[in-house]
Amino acid sequence: MAMPAAEIEALIKAALPDAEVEIEALVDDGDHYRARVVSAAFAGRNRVQQHKMVYEALGGRMGGELHALQLVTAVPN
Amino acid sequence: MSDTNERLSKIVGENDVVLFMKGTPLFPQCGFSSRAVAILDHCGVAYESVDVLQDMEIRQGIKAFSDWPTIPQLYVKGEFVGGSDIMMEMYQAGELQQLLDEAEVAKAN
Repeated sequence: MAMPAAEIEALIKAALPDAEVEIEALVDDGDHYRARVVSAAFAGRNRVQQHKMVYEALGGRMGGELHALQLVTAVPN
Repeated sequence: MSDTNERLSKIVGENDVVLFMKGTPLFPQCGFSSRAVAILDHCGVAYESVDVLQDMEIRQGIKAFSDWPTIPQLYVKGEFVGGSDIMMEMYQAGELQQLLDEAEVAKAN
């Protein structure tokens, strides 16, 4: 029930190649992270849709293998 | 499964503001649920809470119903608003208060 930060980043970048991804561990247990994802692919989508794109990139691991990923999404300036 | 969807439709249809959470507002069982409760309390609105830990069907069903993988989940006037991260972002931007005001939901007692 743990995932290294590098794996999360790789999965997000595989789905959103232009994404800038910053990941920080909230607790050092491989299970609680905070991520900020910036991608042009989010343009024109609301927050729910943006977060869903990231969850889709994680392929069903969110809420299962990965318990907590505090997420902030944004479009590049 | 479809029974669960019907139950969920009824819950979000009959209550203006519904928070699906782990635990109760008084005793949240997860940091994210606790944060969601604090945000709604700050907004000063009355809301219905559903403790998903008390009902496995609801706990699994709400994820499919909303197409959203995590708890907590906020519904306002039958519409899915988001999880705790989105609630926090909207709250900080003043958008959550605006949404609740525009929905004309009841104030907390």
